[in-house]
Amino acid sequence: MSSVLSRLFACAFGLAVAGTPLLAHADGQDFVTIERGRYLATAGDCISCHTAPGGKPFAGGRGIMTPFGVIYTPNITPDRDTGLGAWSNDQFVAAMQHGVGQNGELLYPALPYPYYTKVRRDDLVAIKAYLDTLDPVRNEAPPNGLPFPLNVRTALLGWNMLFFTPGEFKPDAAKSEEWNRGAYLVEGLGHCGACHTPKNQLGGDKTDKVLAGGVLDEWYAPNLGSDLRTGLGAWSVEDIVQYLKTGRNAKSAASGPMAEVVYYSTQHMTDADLKAMATYLKDRPSAPAAPAPKPLPAEDPVMKAGLAVYQDNCSACHVSTGAGIARLFPALKDSAVVQADEVQTLVRIIDQGTRATATKTAPTGPGMPAFNWKLNDVQTAAVITYIRNAWGNAAAPVSAEDVKRIRGRLTDTAATP
Amino acid sequence: MARKLPKKDVVIIGLGWTGSLLAHELTDAGLDVVAIERGPWRDTSTDFSPTQDPDELRYGIRLDLFLRPAQETFTLRHNVAQQALPIRWPGAFIVGNGVGGAGVHWNGHTWRFLETDFTLKSHLTQRYGASALPEDMQIEDWGVTYADLEPYYDKFEYIAGTSGRAGNIQGKMQAGGNPFEGPRTRDYPLPPLKDTAPTALFAKTASEMGYHAFPRPASNASEAYVNPLGIAMGPCTYCGFCERFGCGNYSKASPQANVLPVLMRKSNFSVRTECEVLHINKHPGGNVATGVTFVDSSGEEWDQPADIVLVCAYGLHNVRMMLLSGIGQPYDPKTGEGVVGRNYAYQSAGAAGLLFEGKRFNPFVGAGSLGQCIDDFNGDNFDHAGLGFVGGASITTSNYHGRPIAMSATRAPGTPAWGSAWKKQVASTYQNTSAVAGQGSVYSYRDKYLDLDPVYKDRFGRPLLRMTFDWHENEKKMTRFIAQKCAEIGKAMGAKHVTPRSLPDHFNVVPYQSTHNTGGAIMGDNPKRSAVNRYLQSWDAHNVFVIGASAFPQNAGYNPTGTVGALALWAADAIRNQYLKNPGPLVQA
Repeated sequence: MSSVLSRLFACAFGLAVAGTPLLAHADGQDFVTIERGRYLATAGDCISCHTAPGGKPFAGGRGIMTPFGVIYTPNITPDRDTGLGAWSNDQFVAAMQHGVGQNGELLYPALPYPYYTKVRRDDLVAIKAYLDTLDPVRNEAPPNGLPFPLNVRTALLGWNMLFFTPGEFKPDAAKSEEWNRGAYLVEGLGHCGACHTPKNQLGGDKTDKVLAGGVLDEWYAPNLGSDLRTGLGAWSVEDIVQYLKTGRNAKSAASGPMAEVVYYSTQHMTDADLKAMATYLKDRPSAPAAPAPKPLPAEDPVMKAGLAVYQDNCSACHVSTGAGIARLFPALKDSAVVQADEVQTLVRIIDQGTRATATKTAPTGPGMPAFNWKLNDVQTAAVITYIRNAWGNAAAPVSAEDVKRIRGRLTDTAATP
Repeated sequence: MARKLPKKDVVIIGLGWTGSLLAHELTDAGLDVVAIERGPWRDTSTDFSPTQDPDELRYGIRLDLFLRPAQETFTLRHNVAQQALPIRWPGAFIVGNGVGGAGVHWNGHTWRFLETDFTLKSHLTQRYGASALPEDMQIEDWGVTYADLEPYYDKFEYIAGTSGRAGNIQGKMQAGGNPFEGPRTRDYPLPPLKDTAPTALFAKTASEMGYHAFPRPASNASEAYVNPLGIAMGPCTYCGFCERFGCGNYSKASPQANVLPVLMRKSNFSVRTECEVLHINKHPGGNVATGVTFVDSSGEEWDQPADIVLVCAYGLHNVRMMLLSGIGQPYDPKTGEGVVGRNYAYQSAGAAGLLFEGKRFNPFVGAGSLGQCIDDFNGDNFDHAGLGFVGGASITTSNYHGRPIAMSATRAPGTPAWGSAWKKQVASTYQNTSAVAGQGSVYSYRDKYLDLDPVYKDRFGRPLLRMTFDWHENEKKMTRFIAQKCAEIGKAMGAKHVTPRSLPDHFNVVPYQSTHNTGGAIMGDNPKRSAVNRYLQSWDAHNVFVIGASAFPQNAGYNPTGTVGALALWAADAIRNQYLKNPGPLVQA
């Protein structure tokens, strides 16, 4: 009963957020603000990064793998010594909007402040009001594993100058309220670009390739542009909403880091907000579709070898036409992940297996078994090449060396919630 | 001294089909429920991964999923004059272990019993006269009717994603379905599985002989399906590894595939695995249970107090739990008094083995419940006057596995059991073997029952359950009749060798026969002849419900799970809508 009520509340306040007047501050009894903050903290998926495996929610300590080293998330419960208990609203807003810590030190952009800078102050204050209601947990995050000179925070001054554009979200008057709400969530709290926007050598967004697909911890976060083959071009607004709400649709299923996003965040968001995000994503200016490569012919020896591996190991679930089973086993035919330029996700899922997230509306969390003990680099490369070029799919072949290289870099699979 | 846990609304002993269905219903009603399961946690993606299953040696022969005799076994004797001995390796029947119970390793047969099965005693007495029944036969009416259970059969079939073809929808006969079945509200949720060569041959032949062939109801999903709980099933791949195996394709219905994904999400449900309930605790001098005592895997004892105790283990274990807990008077075959242990029954088989020539049956293309059946000789669907027996069997040609180790045991008459001639025969018989098999009723008798063994004990020092059982003349005659019918069909199918098989003189616990043990805590209207009332509520402790095939007063010519599922949902409804409002006996004796 209580969960139904809270969802109703979330629904009401989620809809109301866009037009809510600015709040100077929130007090501990301001339940409307606190509930709005809870919803926004959910939309921002704070819990995912700020909870260590097996740890207390929001108490931090989870290691975020960056190309530069591991960064441990801080405790954001209201513990005065190790959490946010002694932080003022202004300090919290400064951290979120400008990447500045309690004592003015610069924060690493593992805290995605380049996105959170777009979140309005009143929304951030509401999130802080919600975080203040959590049980304080004493938990000091371990020291970060960054090498010199990256462990010197002043280096971030230069980084910010190069890659950080502060400023709250500015609505586009030419677009609908729904579009603007979606843009606000996608670009801001949702921080979709943290994974889906490719990064330059220094970890800054490639600003000409926003949401065009990025690699993070040997997962490839697919292109959210309009490309039919490798992006969301073939997905309808309803497909996107269903994916974010249930963790799957007829085309795909969320696993890995996206499973966390769906499990902790988007499945709890209102249908209106999900539709707004989908509307924005479908109407966002994106790079023109790249021409599809010519698929490898079926007679190609690698395709033949891949077909044999596929029939023996994959076809029971993903079926011989690559169409999968709706809501259970993702389709490989016409799949953006399968045809993406980057193949980290494919190698990782075949190597280590994964589990689709189980949500309230799609409670089965089907598993993909690990094949690392069964398929060698050559076989894995063959089957990946096959699925990228069968059934009308078209993508560059993958070599055994590529597979070996990616396999060598894999860390433990993130546990699917 | 057991440590005491916080009180729960409901404690469930065993998390198989019945335990998970009841837990789902009662948590929906808002109750705080804990299940205590002796075996390990098992889940589809982690335990039945399609990269590792199936392994016939591990699961089919060495019985990896099953209860080990070191955990618990049974003693057996044929009659009261004998000394019972323990069963030291699972033989005639193999009992599940762990979350999902037998619902993990079953085939998926999802039958409804016949209307007359539920009123068996009054029906047979009325039709043939009391004198037509053997004097020591102790059959009973169930206290519920088919019509009572119909909505719950329907509900179970929709939860389990059952594939089949209705024969009777609201009294209107349906072509291609079973004309003998009771009226159903609506068709099965999924169409029948596809036939294979031998099943199609059986259906065609049986129809030509004037019988009424229909596809066997199968909880193997013939198509992708989402059940009423929102849980998805994948279409069956006909891999043929259902029986004795878990299903990695989410195709065979099981508690883990069809109920647990929702149940495990609920904050008012929890399960303690690898914890074994020692006994139900009773209020001193009262007529209610206060909870259970269990022992965890480190050997520590715990008290779990609860307002309601649901006994949801395997049927035989339910009976033992009642006896160990002193709930209900133990049955005494000498006096005919007492109720717990009364009316134990089993399953009989009359069949014909078939060996063809020149066929390519490809038995590896199979599914647990894939088969074509006739019900023309089941229950009282045919006139028994002058036959000298009552009861009958569902008759089926199935294609449920092509497991190589098991199938290599089939030999043509006169073939050696080893060497090159044997190898050649195995290759040939693999493609040419089939059977027409009758799964028969076993009616209950005064001298066949369950009690606690006076000699043999389990690892906790508790007496084992003693089974006193042997075949009776009625069942032997019935299976000879059925085997004859099976042989006639097999010959008409064109088999070169037809080998009829019926019950031997005595029950033999060694070869596998069937895991359909029934009775011992039977339901009924009379507390002197039944352990539980029509809602499966103990007559002696109103907050104890005993759910499972232990409630069958005798066994019908079908697999039990459909009826077990229906009874669980029927009892859950009674608890939700009657008992919770006014805890006490739901039937006044």
